[in-house]
Amino acid sequence: MPQADRPLSPHIQIYKPQLTSVLSISHRATGLALSLGTLLLVWWLLAGAIGPAAYAQAQAFLGSWFGILLLIGWTYSLFFHLCNGIRHLAWDTGRGLDLASTYATGWAVVAASAVLTAIAIAAGFMEWGHS
Amino acid sequence: MASGAGLMLAQEKLRSPLGRAIGLGSAKEGVEHWWRQRLTAVALVPLALWFASSVLAHLGSDHAQFVAWLRAPVPAILMILLLGASFYHAALGCQVVIEDYVQSEAAKLAALIAMRFACVLLAVAGIFAVLRIALGA
Repeated sequence: MPQADRPLSPHIQIYKPQLTSVLSISHRATGLALSLGTLLLVWWLLAGAIGPAAYAQAQAFLGSWFGILLLIGWTYSLFFHLCNGIRHLAWDTGRGLDLASTYATGWAVVAASAVLTAIAIAAGFMEWGHS
Repeated sequence: MASGAGLMLAQEKLRSPLGRAIGLGSAKEGVEHWWRQRLTAVALVPLALWFASSVLAHLGSDHAQFVAWLRAPVPAILMILLLGASFYHAALGCQVVIEDYVQSEAAKLAALIAMRFACVLLAVAGIFAVLRIALGA
């Protein structure tokens, strides 16, 4: 049904952001970002399959400032979605659904994904520097 | 709401036999989507960790090293599994996003179909690339 042109109560504009809602929408947002990032992955694989010239082109893009920015964003999305995804799987078993656990695991996800991303970035730059 | 008359059995869900046979509820599909999302998610936990560590290890690789890595059976198989699981998981996830935000029935259907096709296309392209490297000369 198309949206009618009628006045609506404000919701997103006034509802106080909380860890629960922020992490929830972030899980969706990182999922979408990861989906888009698969384009890069498939490009990289195809370039490798086509030959050295195509591969060098892909590596050059991924090594550019813009490429590195995309990779860092994608890396963070991956680790956040992974950690929060495990949190979701735990909820599916019925565990940790009370508010205290939800907040504790929520902060754990934020910390873990930040740490994993930092490690990945560090390892990436070290490896890249050795090439 | 499923059509068809049927006895309301005390021990069963409140569905008519026809409704049960067709398998449709008001949500148009059942728990299969939910379960497959979880299944691919569980598979993706180890696969994604493997992928992240492998890609990091090969960031500085030249083409020959890249090919040598993906030619080996274990990385090739894992990469194919990763592509399959990722695109299936992504398709299910994007499906609920489209269903949530696209209001017009026609646009929603078009978006769902286009998204699914894109996932299949990318998955096939990726798997083809891996196979070409792994099985090629």
